[in-house]
This record gives sequence, structure tokens and C-alpha cells, in this order.
Amino acid sequence: MQEIIQYLFSGITTGAIYAVIAVGLSMLYSSTELINFAHGEFVMLGAMAIVTLWVHMALPLPLAFAGAVALGCCMGLLFERLAIRTARTPQPIVLVIITVGASIFLRGVAMIVWGKDPFSVPAFSRHDSIEIAGAALLPQSIWIVGAAVLLAGGIHFFLKKTLTGKAMVACAVNKKAAWLTGIPSEKMGILAFAVSTGSGAVAGIFIAPITMSSYDMGTMLGLKGFCAAMIGGLGSLWGAFAGGILLGVLESLGAGLISSGLKDAIAFILLLLILYICPGGLFSAKEAKRF
Amino acid sequence: MLLRKTTIVVLAILLCLSPAVLLAKPVYKIGGIFSSTGRASFLGDPEKKTMEMMVEKINAAGGIDGHMLQAVIYDSEGDPAKAVSAVNKLIHKDKVLAIIGPSTTPTTLAIVNFVERAQLPLISCAAGVKITSPVKPWVFKTAQSDLLAVAAVYQHIQARGIKKIGIITVANSFGESGKNQLLAQAPDFGLEVVQAESFGAKDTDTTAQLTKIKSAAPEAIVCWGTNPGPAVVAKNVKQLKLDIPLYQSHGVASPKFIELAGDAAEGIILPTGKILVTGLLPEDDVQKKILEDYQVDYQAKYKGNVSGFGGYAFDAVNLLAKALKGSNGDKNKIRRALESMAHHVGATGEFNFSAQDHNGLAPSAFVMVEIKGGTWKLIK
Amino acid sequence: MDDNKKKQWTENTIFLVVILGCGLGVDNTYYLQIMTFIGINTLLALGLNMLMGYAGQVSLGHAAFYGIGAYTTAILSGTYGISPWAALVCAVSCAVFIAFVVGLPTLKLSGYYLGMGTLGFGMIVNILFREWSTVTGGSSGFVGIPMLEAGPVSFMSGRNYFFLVWMVVLVAVLLCRRILSSRMGRALRSIHDGENASLAVGVNTHFLKLQIFMFSAALGAVAGFLYAHFVMFISPESFGFMVSVKMVTMVVIGGMASVWGALLGASLLTLLPEVLHGFAEYEMIIFGLILMVVMIFMPQGLTRGLLDIYEHSRKRDKRHGN
Repeated sequence: MQEIIQYLFSGITTGAIYAVIAVGLSMLYSSTELINFAHGEFVMLGAMAIVTLWVHMALPLPLAFAGAVALGCCMGLLFERLAIRTARTPQPIVLVIITVGASIFLRGVAMIVWGKDPFSVPAFSRHDSIEIAGAALLPQSIWIVGAAVLLAGGIHFFLKKTLTGKAMVACAVNKKAAWLTGIPSEKMGILAFAVSTGSGAVAGIFIAPITMSSYDMGTMLGLKGFCAAMIGGLGSLWGAFAGGILLGVLESLGAGLISSGLKDAIAFILLLLILYICPGGLFSAKEAKRF
Repeated sequence: MLLRKTTIVVLAILLCLSPAVLLAKPVYKIGGIFSSTGRASFLGDPEKKTMEMMVEKINAAGGIDGHMLQAVIYDSEGDPAKAVSAVNKLIHKDKVLAIIGPSTTPTTLAIVNFVERAQLPLISCAAGVKITSPVKPWVFKTAQSDLLAVAAVYQHIQARGIKKIGIITVANSFGESGKNQLLAQAPDFGLEVVQAESFGAKDTDTTAQLTKIKSAAPEAIVCWGTNPGPAVVAKNVKQLKLDIPLYQSHGVASPKFIELAGDAAEGIILPTGKILVTGLLPEDDVQKKILEDYQVDYQAKYKGNVSGFGGYAFDAVNLLAKALKGSNGDKNKIRRALESMAHHVGATGEFNFSAQDHNGLAPSAFVMVEIKGGTWKLIK
Repeated sequence: MDDNKKKQWTENTIFLVVILGCGLGVDNTYYLQIMTFIGINTLLALGLNMLMGYAGQVSLGHAAFYGIGAYTTAILSGTYGISPWAALVCAVSCAVFIAFVVGLPTLKLSGYYLGMGTLGFGMIVNILFREWSTVTGGSSGFVGIPMLEAGPVSFMSGRNYFFLVWMVVLVAVLLCRRILSSRMGRALRSIHDGENASLAVGVNTHFLKLQIFMFSAALGAVAGFLYAHFVMFISPESFGFMVSVKMVTMVVIGGMASVWGALLGASLLTLLPEVLHGFAEYEMIIFGLILMVVMIFMPQGLTRGLLDIYEHSRKRDKRHGN
């Protein structure tokens, strides 16, 4: 029993990471119908930025946090302007390859800037692990879960309740119609990108203390994020959130109860099952559709 | 910066004009394949730098029998296919006499057939046992086999009177080779592996695996991996309040590990080549002087700390240089010289190659260290 | 139509002459081996091109079939000592069978979902290669794959292997063209242009997609077979996600829906790392940039893009002439 609780705690921690990443991806998809294969790299940027700003330059945490998020947003902005917007034919396959190219590019840049060695970041709050029913829970895990909830909630509020957010959704539903009603659809695209990559950076900042940050940490995280987003249903924020947590918990249970060697396979087997059985995802009413 | 560049240029010109080069015999070209970028860059990067430095040093001392050395180094990125194309380039385009590297076991195994076919000596810097067992005529290696590392760890565990252990290994070639050795050698030391788990090289968390190990109630845990994974394991062990000894492998024997694991590194015991604890070695240790010189040279050139991994390349270049002496560039002679090399004291240990042993190291190549107060402490 | 056939005929002849010329004219084993790798990659790109370019289905897990081909032949010929040629038959049938089983549900998906489905499949297969270590050798890789031999001919030498690979490529090119000019090819293109419309005129799109999926899996397995016996060592890393991405990149950069585009893409992606070696640390940055720039400015791929530029400048010249 005690083990099961421990597996759940570990699962929720990793799951919350996947959830934050998936929420960022899902948010971008719901406002631009684009899947950003470089999203994992923005997570890496966030983590590396916090290493530089907080650990190396010893800025106060809130300032370093803001700086790292700002970096993520700015890079997203630049990325949208320079690579996505300029694409001659914005077909999905073309855009996918562009984002794949961008992910390789960003990894290369990070390798030059930060070197090849991994870095470690101290926990945000210096407490011992908390013991619940014989299972240990990390303070940083609570931070991560909190961040995930806040982020998903914040983006949800933004998209559903604010005018700008509603405009953004309108652009995704029908760009031309949105433009006709006077929504500056170009600006909305940029904004969506900045918010999405910024949230990726947030994910990076929060996981930096529990794991090691290096220039190549993003790829696997990004892929797991996709799985989570797909499981929950592309385009649905809470679906992505739930998908992330579910994925984390199942992985942890799988590693504990079945085999740790097959842990990574669990995510992808789950993904395939979801795609075969209910391709729209567990928590989304939308049908899977063509590009 | 400008000044430094000018000095280098002037030096280069002087070097070109020096009589040694004017009368020079043809250069000896030696190849290098290292994973200087990619996942295994922590291995390849110091290896590449060391090789470049050593070649420079040998040339400054007049080369080998008057032949200057020229290093041709390619990056394998840890990718077997890239290593294969690099080895073909070295053999057929650059026409090198011998090759040093690659840094990892899969990349080495991928090129073994090509060097065997081309009959060209290869001195690998990778740890896997598969490389030199069974012995292949043209393939040597300088890195300690994980066979020896496991033996060193198990000896220490046995001496403590521990009977049951749990192991956790990284899911790549290093961890897998380690796992096989850990499982195979356990009975020899009267140990029982009660739980064997693995983790991904990029995993953010390993508490699930450790919880499973914990429930099997071992008396010690052995973790086999390379940075950064084992640092995560170390942190998680502390978080789960597992109060049993944690052993790590020589794969994390670098100051980087202490930096990454922070407080969680305290009390961890691991085997390492002597290079890590040069300062702590007794004065009569034969390797001490060599290690100190290497360290001074490396720091002067690259401003970074040496690692055991760079040491593999250090030994490989030195062994090759010795074998090249009097060989006149004949690959068969180089191979024979390597195979009969005895009592060569290097950074990794004392090499005694033979027709049956192309690794040539003894268990004494490892010392056990404990991390105390953020630094290494020699055990015994 | 006749004109078209003639054109194809000349193209194929030129291709054959170039192969013979390269094989006999180039003496350096290094260059021969690079060209052999180009040949193997061309096979991969050709297969994927049929799927992506003509049937319009993205696959982000195609390295799995490449790996299945390589591992099947490695295990059968290395562990069990079966003749590699018999192993080839097994490798291809194994890949085709798996493609059938996986394709049946997966190809019902489309768009990003199909991409993710194939990606997941590729990852699972790769993890299997790694974890099933008693059979596959695990992440340290599989050692002991025998050399290919056909009676008195040994493929030990670089030149013989070069010819073997490129003859296979030639056959594959002919096969692809044959399929494309058949009724099936026309039906395929109709799927690419609009699946619903082709359904409406009575094309069994799902079955057709499945057939092409199996065909491209077979080509991948053949490529894997050739790779395994060429390098005589395989490890899971050679068939991972990044390899799948690289395959897609070859197809897209070379130009989708073009047989020669596959050749161009495969050549570029094989040669690029060789050329970029000099840039060492900056290799990734440059590779990423090239990928982005080509896709941004020539989304049809280099073949089409360069042709466009050429035609554009000719048109402009004409206008100036008038």
C-alpha cells in the first residue's frame, strides 16, 4: 500500500510536468491549429535560463523567473515571426518540418551557449520531503502541481473570459471570418505563440530543481508532452492537463509494478490505444480530423 | 585575444621554419573518432582535447623518430552510422596509421569490422567488455572494463558483510553492460541481487524504481550510469530516506557529479581511476607523477579539470606513440608492439597487453572513493 | 503518353549509366562507401515518398521498418546461421506483416493523429530493440552479422557492395514508377488530392493506403537488410526517432511526389554531415537552419524549388526579350 502511494506521488509529480508541457502545446493548437515540435526545446530554454539567472547570476528568484519566462516568450515571438509567418505555404507538413528544424537549431544554440554539461538547480524552498502514510512527497512536487493547475487555469480563464482570448479562439476556428470581424489575426497568432512558448519555459523552470538541465533535455519531454496532449484530446486545455497527470501516474505505476525498462513504452502504447479507440482523446468531444 | 592569435601565428611560422621540419620525414597521420557532441559528449570532449594536446606535445618534443604526428579527428556524435563513415574516411581518405577512439561501446563495435578488414590498429576509449572479449587482433582499449569496476565495487560490499543488494542501471549501453556484469558477478562475491531496475538516460525522476527496490529490502544499492541520471538517483534516494549505502559506478567519477547531486552526494561510494584523486595518492604511487603532469598540461591549455575519460585518450596516445617508435609506419609492427606492451604506466593504470588481453589492466586500476564534505576521500 | 514513356526510358538509362560510371570510375573506398550509404538512404526515402508524396500519409515512425529489416536479418543470419538471402525474405515478409497489422488501425487516422500514431509505433519498436536484449543484444548492439556472399561473389569489397545497393535502388525506382503509372498510381494521387472525392468515385482508399504502407515498409526492410550486412553491426540508436525524422526530411527536402527528389534528398542528407564536419560545434545549428530555410522558401522541396527559380528567371528573360 505504502508503495502504491509512493508510485502515485511520483506519478503525479512527473505527470504535472507533462501536464504543463501539454497545456502549452494544446493551447497553441487550439489557437493556431499548429503542433510545435520545438516545444520541448522551449522547456529546455526555460530550465537553462533559470540556471544562468538564478544560480549563476544570483538574481532573486522572482526576477530570475520573470526573466526566464520573458526569454521563452521572446524566442517564441521571434520564432513565429521569422520562421512560421514567412513560410510560403503554411501546410501542416511544411510547418511540422520547420518546427523540427527549429528544435534542432535551438538545441545547437543552447549547446554553444551553455556547453554540453548538465546543470543542477536547488529546490525553490528548502524543506525536507514530507511524509504521508509512509510515502515521501517533495516540496518541489507541490510547486510543480501548483504551477500546472495555475497555468492551466490561467490560460483557460484567458481564452474563455477575456476578449483577447476569445479573439484568439475565433482565429483558430476561422481565420478569415475572424479577420472580417476586425480581429487582428496576425497579432493573435504571435500572441498565441508567445504564451505557449512562455508556458513551456515555465515548465522548464519548475522541473529544473528536481532533475538535471542540459541542452538536450527537451526532446523526450516534448514527445511525452505530445502524448499527454493527444491522450487528453488535442485542443482541450483540461484534457491536456488530465492527460499529463494520467500519463505520469501510469508510467510510474508501470515502472513500479511491471518493468522499469518498458516505462517509456507505456506512454506510447497508451497513445496508440487512445488513437485507435477514441482518436479525439479521452476528454474532448471533437473528432480527429484531417490537417 | 588578438595578441594570442598573433603569438600562435608567429609560433606556427617559427615551427614551420625550424630545421626539424625542413629535414622532416613524412608525417605520421593518426586518426581520432570521439563523440565530442551529442549525448556522450562528456566522454568525447575531453578525449578529443587530450588527443590534440598530446599530439602537440609530442611534436614539440621532436615527434617520433623525427616523424611529426598529425591528428585527424572526427566527431561521431555517439551515432554508430556516423562512426562508420568517419572510420572509412580515416582509413581510405586520410590513410591514417592507427585510430584512437571511439568513445562509446556501440560506436566502437560498429567500426571494429572495418578496422579488422583494413588491418589497422584501433585503441578504443570505451568501457564495454564486448570490445576486447573475444580478442580481436587489431582492437585494443584503454578504458577499464566494467568487469573490473564491478569487481571493485563488489569487493567493497563484501567486506562490509552485505548480502543483499538492489541495482538500478541506466537504459543505454553503459548501464546495460554494467547490469550484465553486476548480475553475472554477484554469486562470486556471495551477493544476491534482490531487485534490478533501470531508468532512462533523460528521466526526470526515479522514485518509482527506487520504491520498488526499497520494498525488496536490500542492504545496499548499486547504481550504474553516467551523468546526469545517477545524480537524480542520488537525490531520490535521499528523498525516500533510504538509509542504506549507495554505490555508484566509475561513469560518474567527475567533480560534475558532486556539483549535480549536491548534498545528496554525501556518503556515496564509487570506484574510480586514480586520476580523480591524484592529490590524495601516496607519494610512492607510480602513476602520481604522470597524473600530475597531465593535469597541469591540460589545465594550462583548456582551463578545465581533467577527467578519467580524457585519461583514456591520454593513455591511448602514449601507447600508440610508444608503439610507433621504430615501426617506420608499418601497421603490423605497430600492432605487434602494442600487443607486447608491458608495464606501461598510464593515467588509467598499468597496461600489460598480451595476445589474450587487449585491455591489459588489473583491478588495481581502480581505487574506491567516498564523497565526504563535497569532495573525494580515498578509502583504504 | 508515348512521350512520357520515352522520357522515363531516357531518365532510367542515364541513371544506370551514372551508377556504372560512379562504380567503375571512383576508386577511393571512402567515396564508394558514402555512395553506398546514399543508396541505402535513397531506398528509405523512396518508400516513404510513396507513402507521403503520393498517398499523402505522414509517417514519423518509419525507422521502425528499417530496424525490423536490419534486426530480422541480423538475428536469423547472425544467431541462427541461416543464409542472409533467406533472411532477407523473412525480413521483408516480417516488415510487411507488421505494416499490415499496424497499418490496419493506424491508417484510419489522419493529419497530426496519424503522425503521432506512427511516431508512437516507432518508439515502441525502438524500445523493444533495446529491452529485448537476449535476442537483440540490447543497447550495446548486435555483433556478428555475417558478410553477404552470392556463390563466388563476395561483397566484402566496397565496389561490389556499391553495385549491389545501387542495383537494388534501380529496381526499386523502376518498381515505383511502374506502380505510379498503373491504375493504382492514379488512384493514389487521387487520395492525395482529396480522399473524399476518391472515395466517392469508388476507390477503396483504406485498402490502397494499406498496400502502399506495406510496400514502403518492404523497401525500408530491404534498406535495413543492406545496412546491417554492410556495417555488420546494428544498435537501437540507428533506428530511433531522429532517424525517422531524418527520413521525413529527406523526402520533404528532396521534394515530395518525385522519384528523383528522393534521390536528391537522400544524397543531400547523407552528404551534409560529411561537409559540416568542419563546423563541428555548429553542425546542429547549420543543419537546423538549412531545414528551416528550405521549408520556408521552397516548401515543395529543392527539386521543385530550383526548377521554379529556373522557370521564373526564364520567363522574366522572355519578357525582357519582348
